[in-house]
Amino acid sequence: MALLEVKDLKVRVEEREILHGLTLTVNEGEIHAIMGPNGSGKSTLSHVIAGKPGYEVTDGEILFKGEDLLAMAPNERAAKGVFLAFQYPVEIPGVSTMNFLRTALNAQRKARGDSEYSTPDFLKKVREVSKSLNIPQDMLKRGVNVGFSGGEKKRNEVLQMALFEPSLCILDEMDSGLDIDALRIAADGVNALHSPKRAMVVITHYQRLLNYIVPDVVHVMSKGRVVKSGAKDLALELESSGYAQYEDA
Amino acid sequence: MPAVQETVERVKRIDVDQYRYGFETLIESDKAPKGLSEETVKFISEKKNEPAWMLQWRLEAYRRWLTMTEPTWARVDYPKIDFQDLYYYSAPKPKKTITSLDEIDPEILKTYEKLGIPLREVAMLEGVEPKPGEEDPNRRKIAVDAVFDSVSVATTFKAELKKAGVIFMPISEAIREHPELVQKYLGSVVPTSDNFYATLNSAVFSDGSFVYVPPGVRCPMELSTYFRINERNTGQFERTLIIADKGSYVSYLEGCTAPQRDENQLHAAVVELVTHDDAEIKYSTVQNWYPGNSEGKGGIYNFVTKRGDCRGNNSKISWTQVETGSAITWKYPSCILRGDNSRGEFYSIAISNGYQQVDSGTKMIHLGKNTSSRIISKGIAAGRSQNTYRGLVTAHRKATGARNFTACDSLLIGDKCGAHTVPYIEAKNSSATFEHEATTSKISEDVLFYCIQRGLTQEEAVGLVVNGFVKDVLQQLPMEFAVEAQKLISISLEGSVG
Repeated sequence: MALLEVKDLKVRVEEREILHGLTLTVNEGEIHAIMGPNGSGKSTLSHVIAGKPGYEVTDGEILFKGEDLLAMAPNERAAKGVFLAFQYPVEIPGVSTMNFLRTALNAQRKARGDSEYSTPDFLKKVREVSKSLNIPQDMLKRGVNVGFSGGEKKRNEVLQMALFEPSLCILDEMDSGLDIDALRIAADGVNALHSPKRAMVVITHYQRLLNYIVPDVVHVMSKGRVVKSGAKDLALELESSGYAQYEDA
Repeated sequence: MPAVQETVERVKRIDVDQYRYGFETLIESDKAPKGLSEETVKFISEKKNEPAWMLQWRLEAYRRWLTMTEPTWARVDYPKIDFQDLYYYSAPKPKKTITSLDEIDPEILKTYEKLGIPLREVAMLEGVEPKPGEEDPNRRKIAVDAVFDSVSVATTFKAELKKAGVIFMPISEAIREHPELVQKYLGSVVPTSDNFYATLNSAVFSDGSFVYVPPGVRCPMELSTYFRINERNTGQFERTLIIADKGSYVSYLEGCTAPQRDENQLHAAVVELVTHDDAEIKYSTVQNWYPGNSEGKGGIYNFVTKRGDCRGNNSKISWTQVETGSAITWKYPSCILRGDNSRGEFYSIAISNGYQQVDSGTKMIHLGKNTSSRIISKGIAAGRSQNTYRGLVTAHRKATGARNFTACDSLLIGDKCGAHTVPYIEAKNSSATFEHEATTSKISEDVLFYCIQRGLTQEEAVGLVVNGFVKDVLQQLPMEFAVEAQKLISISLEGSVG
């Protein structure tokens, strides 16, 4: 069943069109990789799906579980199950990771009409989840991403993904700034969260990440459009031939 | 339910809009005639059944005040105050002498209930009295000397305090019952000639709190007084005097809330603290006077003089304040570090939104040897507000080994507000070590979007980020105030973005 349907999406930033009619369908349980050179509009797509301010959608639509996603506020989208793992997770000094997780989780539950977690229930849940991802408790006491290494920041994103249980995870250049060990740890976390109901959209420059997170479908983006889609072999092909052949497509 | 929890629960239940304490209580009141004259001063003194020396003290202050002019150096702008167009005294009309809480006007009790103040001793006494050194912070008791429109209507926990030898009563009572203490200390930290507003206060102060902690006594509970303005056009002139004798300790909490109204109100309080050898006073404030409406109309003018005198060696005074309200705030809680090895602290959160103007900070005056002070100031400006930190750190000639550390951080929300830092540093002793750090930052769109992507609304995101920014200071507050302060901070920033 289609989870995310992007139809002929046109997006502008400050009068300049970045996406020129992009179409993409992601079904439940699928892993899609979106590859493409710098400036092809990969991050724009992820931001527009998540609802970041500053982008103007001039045409097309995005349906999420059949509903008009663009009509929802960004926090509503989060509560509906859209999760964006950021390329550069921000630091929030003075706010402990634990407090942040609880505030966010309860905000989402409230928006869905579920009861908020009590402190003991929340602590139990967060301990379970962090243990399954091998995340030390100590990290939860520190300020959100404050003084975290690149790897720790990405693991914090994975932890949130596990805790919030979204149905669509968009990983925006998750491999940037990670060494090979950190990359493997983060990718293992993502793989552990893959399920028949949960879809992943992996945005990356490099084929490297796809050795760890194996996609069902690979899309090549160029100049604001999806110019080619194929199976996982397409990524390998790109690795050897580069993006140049698609630049003029 | 323990009193602290009850307060927390009640605070949670209070669900109001922008200014959540904007309700007014309908009770009759007893006013002095409008305007300020020797007659007004005499009227107040008479209402309070004061001895002749007190009236004399007030009259001297009044005559002095007539020769003074309003200070204009602060970065605040407001129309000229007509001091003859204000009422200087109002008291709820007592039906009879009050001997127990049951006799208090139910309207007044209801007001406190809305504010979430655990007035009832019953609730308080549920907590088991801890042995010294075994205090459970969750069961700590709070004595509330509730100041309602200038007159204290109820004092709880008197008996327990009395057992410890602590005197905690309205200052009007202390003037009659402990004249020797009041005469010795009143005006000894903030003299009647100190400044325009302090002098005015000396002439017309209506009531306030008096605390005396005898030598070697650790006050068995947090002392807390809630001030509240409830009369239209009534200046509020509170006077507080706290004395910690040798080797004693007391923690005092003050919170202010005021009902919504259109006309500006003048508030000019004076707080004096004195610590003798090895004594410590911790003074915490949450200030939430009505800040004016969204166009900047109305709101309280808050001109406060707060000063502590570390008179004895090894004594300590610590000020913690959370300032969210008032149209104008003019306030510099200070420490005179007179005793050798004495220590002063100032922890402040000042939030301004709408058209609020805050000019606040501290003065650390190092006189004794090896004195130390610490200033942590967090200013948050939103809307069209102006937020100024103004601080003075001085070391006098004999203040060998004086040390100060100052950190001033400002956070801007939006692009129509302003944050200013005006530090004055003077060292007349070459061995002094003064450090000053200052930062100004803007709340970033990326941080907000990160939080919103995780399910928070814009306002929740701002609240979270700001509470993180002020965390160092919030931790200094007693637990029961920290919870309320955290809520207040979020409430006072509502509508500041988007």
